[in-house]
Amino acid sequence: MPTQPIPAPGSHAISIRNLKKSFGSNEVLKDISLEIEPGEVVCIIGPSGSGKSTLLRCVNLLEVPTSGTVLVGPDEVTHPDADLDRIRRRIGMVFQSFNLFPHLTVLENLTVAQIKVLKRRKEDAIATARLNLHRVGMSHKEDAYPGQLSGGQQQRVAIARSLSMEPQLMLFDEPTSALDPELVGEVLAVMKSLANEGMTMVIVTHEMAFAREVADRVVFMDGGYIVEQGLAQEVIGNPQEERTQSFLHRVLNPMVIDAAEVIEAEELSTA
Amino acid sequence: MSTQTTYPAAEVASPRLTRRQKARLSLGVQYALGIAVIGLLAFMTDWATFSAAFLRFDILERMLPRVILIGLVNTIIYAALAFVFAFVVGLLLAVMRLSSVAAYRWFAGAYVEFFRGVPALVVLFMVAYGIPNAFPGFQFPGDKYGMVMVGLGITAAAYMAETFRAGIQAVPKGQLEAARTLGMSHTRTMATIVIPQAFRVVIPPLTNEMILLVKDSSLVYVLGVTAAQYELTKFAQDFLNRSVNATPLIVAALCYLAITLPLSGLVRKLEARYAKAR
Repeated sequence: MPTQPIPAPGSHAISIRNLKKSFGSNEVLKDISLEIEPGEVVCIIGPSGSGKSTLLRCVNLLEVPTSGTVLVGPDEVTHPDADLDRIRRRIGMVFQSFNLFPHLTVLENLTVAQIKVLKRRKEDAIATARLNLHRVGMSHKEDAYPGQLSGGQQQRVAIARSLSMEPQLMLFDEPTSALDPELVGEVLAVMKSLANEGMTMVIVTHEMAFAREVADRVVFMDGGYIVEQGLAQEVIGNPQEERTQSFLHRVLNPMVIDAAEVIEAEELSTA
Repeated sequence: MSTQTTYPAAEVASPRLTRRQKARLSLGVQYALGIAVIGLLAFMTDWATFSAAFLRFDILERMLPRVILIGLVNTIIYAALAFVFAFVVGLLLAVMRLSSVAAYRWFAGAYVEFFRGVPALVVLFMVAYGIPNAFPGFQFPGDKYGMVMVGLGITAAAYMAETFRAGIQAVPKGQLEAARTLGMSHTRTMATIVIPQAFRVVIPPLTNEMILLVKDSSLVYVLGVTAAQYELTKFAQDFLNRSVNATPLIVAALCYLAITLPLSGLVRKLEARYAKAR
């Protein structure tokens, strides 16, 4: 991919070029280039430690890349003079651990940034908040505190909180990984309806069925590289690269791996 | 009260007690011992001599109402003023100590280490006399009250800075990230998201600081206060000298408790209220 011509700025929702990120001597991202188009839903899959979350966190500069550039719309996030607070308003982010503000009610969680950052009038902020709570099916809990909600409910509120800022794109960092299995569905359903509304979404996930159904494109990462990407059905249904095949085999058939295989893999990776 | 336990056969067969019975017996012995010791002490005490020295109601009557109107009120004022000063400065120091600017971190660290290590009495003295000497013509607003506010507050701020720092660091990093992701600036994030959460964590240790300040207000005597500025300890000492009797000390001690016990109660209420929003 690095050989592609550099496009005119602003034509992609996200444009990542030659991105590298190291933590100390540990190089987590090794030369990543990726474009995401407006309205596209992209799922990033891959084994743990492959750099998926780090890549996502470089998009809104929660992690500062070691080198390379990231553009969100026309704005270069990685530029030293970039106004991050302004750029971040347009990028919603949903975390694995929800990160709702525990000292604020559900409604206040949705209004606080609208009022303090977007300088909206309180009535307007509340109206927007209620609209988005309705979208995620949480209208009945607006006066509850996050601690009184289930994980699935908290994550739906977190999505509504991001939506209340009216972002141009949404980043999801393993949004269902911390949930009890029976609560995963309600969150995925909200994300699916969001995708159907045309929201640009980048989703780091282990939910292959969801990726296959909802994603326009699936990106498989391993060892800090993008190994393979393409239409969801192709990457998940008919992977070309061996690493993708073995990953999908492990994920989709967790019971067929025997101990000898695990030990062999361990030895190979440490050798 | 609770159940006579379980295995009747075993009970008959052996005199050995069940675990629960043993625990109850042990507790009963402890109570009995405690009551015996207290009873013995009460019996051995020469109440007449003791109360003549420490519990003279005629002296208490002479202390009223000024022990309340002057001593108690001034103690509360001194402690409250110093607390407000220490709260603001302490919070500022805590934020500085966690700043990304090295000079701020260094200053806050040095401040904390210095004022934690120097006796509060010395600091109070140096503030009250050192500052007016260093800056001729400088007058503390409120005179003695201003001196106490700064003089006691400076030391307390060092302790409170550490308390606040621990509270701020107890707020999960994800909270900061979520706020920044919503476009809040670092300052806005601290003010709206982090510090309000940190505040709940620090309420119990902050009560400690408040109670220590109430008692530290007894140091104010070094400033050569006038009779109208006496706090409890100075007031009691004064009375002690005049009446040649220790009753004033007991009265002062009770007055201190009259401040600190409601304070503890208030904190328990606050904690219970915040527990809901966890």
